Order: sequence, then C-alpha cells, then structure tokens
Amino acid sequence: MLVWTRRSRLLLWLAFGVLFGVVIAAPLAMVGLAAVAGTWNGVLPAEYTTGHLADAVSGDALASALVSVQTGLIASLAAVVCGAWAALAARSAPAPVRRVVDTVLHLPVAVPSVVVGLSLLVAFSQPPFLLNGTRWIVLVAHLVIVLPFGYGVVSAALDRADPVLADVAASLGASPARVLLRVRLPLLLPALSAAASLALALSMGEVGATIMLYPPDWRTLPVSVFAQTDRGEVFLASASTAVLLGLTLVGLLTLGAARGRAAER
Amino acid sequence: MTAVAAPVAATAPRERERRRWAPLLWLAPPMLVVLGFFCYPLALVVRQSLVSESGEVGLAVWRHVVTSPEFTAALGRTVLLSVGATAGCVLLGTFLALVLAFTPFPGARVVSRVVDAVLAFPSFLIALSFTFLYGSAGVLNAALGGGAGGPVDFLYGPWGVLLAEVTFYTPFVMRPVLAAFAQVPSAQLDVAASLGARPWRVLRQVVLPEAWPALASGTCLTLLMTMNEFGIVLFVGAKDVITLPMLVHTKGIVTFDYPAACVVAVVNVVLSVALYTVHRWVFRVLGTNRAGEGRAGAGLDPA
Repeated sequence: MLVWTRRSRLLLWLAFGVLFGVVIAAPLAMVGLAAVAGTWNGVLPAEYTTGHLADAVSGDALASALVSVQTGLIASLAAVVCGAWAALAARSAPAPVRRVVDTVLHLPVAVPSVVVGLSLLVAFSQPPFLLNGTRWIVLVAHLVIVLPFGYGVVSAALDRADPVLADVAASLGASPARVLLRVRLPLLLPALSAAASLALALSMGEVGATIMLYPPDWRTLPVSVFAQTDRGEVFLASASTAVLLGLTLVGLLTLGAARGRAAER
Repeated sequence: MTAVAAPVAATAPRERERRRWAPLLWLAPPMLVVLGFFCYPLALVVRQSLVSESGEVGLAVWRHVVTSPEFTAALGRTVLLSVGATAGCVLLGTFLALVLAFTPFPGARVVSRVVDAVLAFPSFLIALSFTFLYGSAGVLNAALGGGAGGPVDFLYGPWGVLLAEVTFYTPFVMRPVLAAFAQVPSAQLDVAASLGARPWRVLRQVVLPEAWPALASGTCLTLLMTMNEFGIVLFVGAKDVITLPMLVHTKGIVTFDYPAACVVAVVNVVLSVALYTVHRWVFRVLGTNRAGEGRAGAGLDPA
C-alpha cells in the first residue's frame, strides 16, 4: 500500500527476507536442528539422531524438567492470585494508596533478576528467616519476578472492564463475596489466563535469579542447560532447550484454550 | 466491593469506620508478599553495601568498588552494549514492522506468529543457537570453508553479545510498533499517496507520527531489558564482556564478596529504575494524547 511499483516492492521484500532470515529466523532454526543432530561438522548436520532428545527426557535432565514445570506452575499460580488480589483490592482503595500499590507492584520489572537473587540471598541466609538452601527461595524468587506481570495484566483488564455490572449486582442485593465470585472474577477470566501465560513463560525461562539461588535438589531446566553447555555437551543442551520450549508451549496452549472458552461465555 | 445503595447518613459511625479501613485491610496480604520478599531484601542490599566485611559502617566499600577498574569497565560496557543493541533493535524492528504492516506478502501472518513466539522464549536460547551459527565450528565457518578456527570469530566478544541481544529484543520493539501501525487507517495512506505524496513523505508525515509513542516507550523498555540482560551474557561466556548484572553474579556467587556485589547491584538498580521511570512517563504523557496507543505501547502486555 505504501510502495506502489512492483520493482521497489520486490526489493523491499528481498531486504526483509534477508534481514529477518539472518537475524531472527536462522538462530531459532538452529536450536531445533541441533537438538536432532548426530554429528555436525559441515553447513548442515551430517546425520540425525533422536538420542539427544531421549537423553533430555531421562535421568537428571528429566528431573530438571519436572522441577521447572513445578516451579513455573506454582510461581505463576501464586503470581496470578496475588496480582489479581492486589489489583481488585487497589480498586476500592483511595487514589494515593492505589498509586503507591501500583508503583511498588510494578517495581520488580525494573530490577535485574540477578539482583532479585542477590537480595534474597542477603535477606534469607540467616535465622530467623532461613530459606537459603531450600527450594522455597527459588519459588519466592520466581514469584517476585513474575508478580508484576500478574498484577499488570489484571489491573489493565480492570481499567477496561465495565464497572456497571458489578454495581448492578450489588444494588440488587448480592453480597460483596457473591459479586466477586459470580460477576467480577468470571469477567476477568481471560485476563487471568493471559497473566498466567505470561508468568509461566517467564518463569520457565528464568535463569538470572535461579542460578544465584538454586539448591542441589531443585535445579531448573535453564540452569541444567547452562551446566550442559559449560561441559561442552551442546547437542544435549539444545535437546533440553527444545524440551523446555515444548513444555512451555503445552502450558501456553492449555491456558490459551481456557481463555478461548472463557471468552465464549 | 463498593457499596452503592446504602445511604451514608443511615450508617452507624462504626460501620463507616469499617468501610474506610476495609480496602486497606484487603490490600494487606499481597502487599506483605511484595514488601517481605522484594522491598525488605532490597533494603538489606543497600544496608549491606554500606557495611564492610570487617563490620565498619561507611562508604569504604563504595569508594573501593566504584573506583575499581573492573567496575568502571563493566559500567561502560553495559551502557555501550545496551545503547548499541537498542539502536539496532529499533532500526531493524521499525523496518521489519513497516514492511509487515504496509507491504504485506504471502506468509506475513506466519512471520508475525514467529515474532510473537520469540516473546515467550528464554534469551539464552539465542546465545546457544549462536554457538551453532557463528561458533568456531559453526555453520558460517563451515560455509566459508574454514573448519574449526575459521575466519568468523566475533561470537566470544562484545559483538557476539550485541548481535544476540538485537536478535532477541527486536520482536519486543516490533510488537508495540505493529500494534501502532494497525491504528493507521489505510485510506489515509491511499489519500496521501493519491494527492502525490511520495512513499518517504507518507512514511514521515502520516505513519511515523502515529507510531511515535509506541516507538519511544518501546525504546525505553528495550534499553532497560538489554541493560539487565543476563542469560545471553552468561551463555556467550565471553571473558571480556562483563556487564553490571554479570559482575553482581561473579561477586555474589563466585567470590562471595557480598558487600561489593551489593554496591554493584545498587548502581544497577538505580540506573534501571531511572530508565523505568522515563518509560512510565513517556507512556503516560504520549499515550494519553491518542486513544488506543496506551495498550499498544505497553510492550510487555500480552493480552
């Protein structure tokens, strides 16, 4: 529409194809290819194998994958509950309080994950709050990192939501609890599911805080991938990354399906 | 949770008191989580940075760390990398978004799905894939016939990290810019073109003003994220690419020098909160001028 002649349009597409292909598509394709590569000395792998993928879903790698899934589910569930709770409660608070809450809950976005890790190490390494060395410190770190997204998404949805429905329900005599459970939360379901998706994706790929905090019995998949890369097992690392992406995708699709059903109602 | 029907005069004073405090009480549980697990630890980081290992309180650790060459090098490298990567992302992202939005081609939808998917990926994935693409035994070196130790050797240095960050964060610029471009009615472009405006002029005077808030807030956000990027730097593992988050990690985990790590952490947080404040400000000021862009500019908003 912007470019009218055929020649210039083709040139533009060519430039787009080259830039997009080289900068974005090629790196993404590489991991997939490496996950199934047997030996790779030329431009393309010389032979293909599913051995690395099999290794990535057995033994230590499998244990790591399960840890990642549990961490992702717990952290995103906690973040959505906590974030939605805060967003709903802030609605009825006075404006200055609401502004403070909004700022504080968004703030973890602006703090590097490594610093979140360090701060938890500093705060929870001695009694009375001894969390260091347990899995709880990893879960707490993930919660802190994904919480702003849980809060932000639900809060933005509340900004757009029509308050009249809840008011009507209340004026017809529904108790606050009933208004919340039967009117406000159902209306928020799509936002809750979107918040959970974002939190899950972030938590599954989190590496900065986790690498500062993880105890030996709670090593998430990204940390394991780093250990594999460090040992030079790059194909296994690629296979583990592919497993990580697959698990994330399954989670996102499930949540997306829930969102679709919620929107239909 | 607001009471609509109850007339205020009829409620007892105690009831009124309860109404006033109830919202604040409801806010307490989530706020306790944030204060206990985020604000309190951060405050302890600041305190720890003021206490030396021998227990003296003062600016001794600060003076020592801030004047150390490794800190100044890390600070300079972090700023350079983040500005460079952001410039690359904004240029590339705007160009790709322009082509996708205004000269669509068969398969453009697939491309936008790929862009969306990258947003859900961990950043270390890019660093890992770069090993296969540009590593010493990678595809490019094999294609150029070098074999191991071939002619392409930029990966384990600042350029490798820069390119990896451009690859990973370009979609973060494209997403809000694409959303802003979608707000431009195509009739407007056709009218401008039919009145004789050349494509470059249509771009400058019709399209870009519409996308400016999304671009500005996307730029701030990318600066923030590239400054705090850790996964890519860790996985590339270049010896001479030490950024602030990397320095926090080394000081905290490798040498267990908590006070020094805390100093670096405080500097990093101050820089990044400043950028975040600018982002929020840009978002508010520019975003309120036009309807619809508030959401487009959010960038991290997935809905």
